[in-house]
Amino acid sequence: MKYWMIVKSGIERKRIRTIMTVLSIAVAFTLFSLGRSVAVAFNSEIDYAGKDRLIVSSRLSFTDGLPLAHKNRIETLDGVKAVAYRQWFGGTYIERANFFPKWPIPPEYLDIYTELSLSESEISAFKNNIQGMIAGKELADKFSWKIGDRIPIIPDIWPKKGGGVWEFDLVGIFTHSDGGIENEAYINWEYFDEAREFETGKVGTFVVQLENSDSSEKIAQLIDDLFINSQDETKTSTEEAFAKMFAEQTGDIGLIVNSVLAASFFTILLLTSNTMSQAIRERTSELGVLKSIGYSDQKIMLFVILESMFICVFGSLIGIMIAFLIFPIFSEIAGGFGPNIEFSFTILLSGILLAILMAFISGIFPAYSAMKLKVVDALRMN
Amino acid sequence: MKFFRQVLSITEMNLKNIIQRSGSSIVIIVGIAGSVAVMVSLLAMAEGLNSTISSTGKEDRVIILREGASSELGSGLAMSQVDVVANSPGIKSVDGEPLISAEVFSIIDLKKKGAVATSNLPMRGVQPQSFKIRPEIQIIEGRNFTSGTSEVIVGKGAHNQYENVDIGDEIKVRDSVATVVGIFSSGGNVHESEIWADLATSQGIFRRGASASSMIIQLEDSDSFDDLGVYVESYPDFEFRVTRENDFYNDQASGSDLIKLFGQIVGYIMAVGAVFAALNTMYSAVSSRLVEIGTLRALGFNGMTVLAALLIEAMILSIIGGVVGASIAYVLFNGYTVSTLAGGSFSQTAFNFAVTRDVVGQGMSLALTVGFIGGIFPAWNAARRDITEALRSI
Repeated sequence: MKYWMIVKSGIERKRIRTIMTVLSIAVAFTLFSLGRSVAVAFNSEIDYAGKDRLIVSSRLSFTDGLPLAHKNRIETLDGVKAVAYRQWFGGTYIERANFFPKWPIPPEYLDIYTELSLSESEISAFKNNIQGMIAGKELADKFSWKIGDRIPIIPDIWPKKGGGVWEFDLVGIFTHSDGGIENEAYINWEYFDEAREFETGKVGTFVVQLENSDSSEKIAQLIDDLFINSQDETKTSTEEAFAKMFAEQTGDIGLIVNSVLAASFFTILLLTSNTMSQAIRERTSELGVLKSIGYSDQKIMLFVILESMFICVFGSLIGIMIAFLIFPIFSEIAGGFGPNIEFSFTILLSGILLAILMAFISGIFPAYSAMKLKVVDALRMN
Repeated sequence: MKFFRQVLSITEMNLKNIIQRSGSSIVIIVGIAGSVAVMVSLLAMAEGLNSTISSTGKEDRVIILREGASSELGSGLAMSQVDVVANSPGIKSVDGEPLISAEVFSIIDLKKKGAVATSNLPMRGVQPQSFKIRPEIQIIEGRNFTSGTSEVIVGKGAHNQYENVDIGDEIKVRDSVATVVGIFSSGGNVHESEIWADLATSQGIFRRGASASSMIIQLEDSDSFDDLGVYVESYPDFEFRVTRENDFYNDQASGSDLIKLFGQIVGYIMAVGAVFAALNTMYSAVSSRLVEIGTLRALGFNGMTVLAALLIEAMILSIIGGVVGASIAYVLFNGYTVSTLAGGSFSQTAFNFAVTRDVVGQGMSLALTVGFIGGIFPAWNAARRDITEALRSI
């Protein structure tokens, strides 16, 4: 680059100030990256939820069960392709801090959730071993589980008949082909339903696979109509709406945390762009010299923009890198709290774009006034 | 003494000039105010959530859940077991009746004001003794429910947040309706976010048969906890988790620790940013005042005096920033009510932000730290400058 010397001399003019500016931009982008990753996490479950699947839960409350017999009646509706069900299992693996969701499911559940990828042999092992359990890869990695391990779960909501600890055999480890949640485990419905102390024959929620997603609202209404005024009224929504309902309930806190992060990010940006424009204003006479020896207005403007661009992008890269490094600690802290948070490429990309935008905004005004400057005035300012 | 007088006179001079340098001083103030405001509001949120949940428990009350259950929602007990526990020593009696209440804790889905989807509203079925065990429950509007009917009372917090839970409103539960007859307060603890009904009514609605979620017990005094524990353990087939109520709710409040930690992390990260902004400003303040500093030195003020005066200037700016930041957080958020899904109960708990003295104290110490770090290096730099060099920079 031909003009690098000029841009470089601007950057190195006051080294301490440049370093401080780069570092404070880095701080702003550390906050940005951490905040984005949390926000993305809060929405991730919604993103992966299927639009062509309905969730049928009790109208009274999602903790209230529904009779298994509802399945046959739902299946008779036109447009319904398959019906499966699950129940929230609760329970503790060794200690409470290890919490992860566990769901008893019938085998046909895996035909609906085809995004859970398992080998043929793992699927048949799950079907054939009544005490079988399949776990997400993330979960298996976390506890260093291998196929064949016996996993004890201390019951809470669902005690076993005659008491004691539930035990399962790990027969499969699934990955989520859409990148969705992998920190869950599934166990066999048949075993759960027979061995639990009470509520045999009751399911938590039904999952309804539709022929296509166009008719989802109509079919949801038809399902609710089937059971209206019965002892077990239902509330049917798309899986997306169901996930959203939960996300919205933590809502207030998520919203506040996000707006606080945004406020702090912009405070720092404001301060830094102030410093940057000040740094350029101080040099007006130098820019005048450049003009007087023949650099065009556009080139002067380019130098100024390039300089702030360099500082901003460099700072943002450092910031994103710091966020990436402290991320494991951060996600460990947030782990038990919300959905698992991930550091994604989009965060990097949006961070850099934002840095370029910021460079442009803080550089454009001083750059413009530098461009408009008359050489005589500029030189006189000394 | 002379040293202090000198520091004072330079500081006075610096402060008089501050208005001329208002631009750069504002950068310091805004930076610090921003970090303090962020930290104080997040900590106030954590504080509010924590005090709402943990103030629910009392040391001389006991909650009994099924072994392994971490919350009332995941617990279940037979009513016959409750009758056995009622005979335990250590339980306070009033008029010959032991103060023990079996309770059904469950959730009903109702709409919040202005919401499209429903939220999880906790519903607690209680026995009459419950009101003697929890004297903090006060009916503030209407009347209490009558045992054996499907009447309910609504907590103040739930009443403010949900639609159609005024006195006289009917709530559809399964194939029957429950009528709201009163509103209660509970001194700002979690029960204000609940709906209360008669135990038998709740058992009917949630088809619990002869079972409950938990037992709540008033001890004779705090020390009789062990008597109760020994008695319960003498029944080997009881798989119970016996906890003091304050311990139980402190445990439930663990979600607020995360918010607190998060607030501190974000606050400190921001503070680092504010330090850089302050350093930048103070360095340029020093360099634009080199002649001034050189003159002072030539007049006989020594380096330490100059350093102290510059540091004091930075500290004063940081105190202003801290006060501004804490005030912003206070005005925006103190007493502001929000609700969230609380820890183990999977249900909505309303709480107020609490900008307490402790929270403000943490914010102010952050401000002072930033001011100190941001001031000391430039001041040090200025103090050890060579006099001739400083004067030459005219």
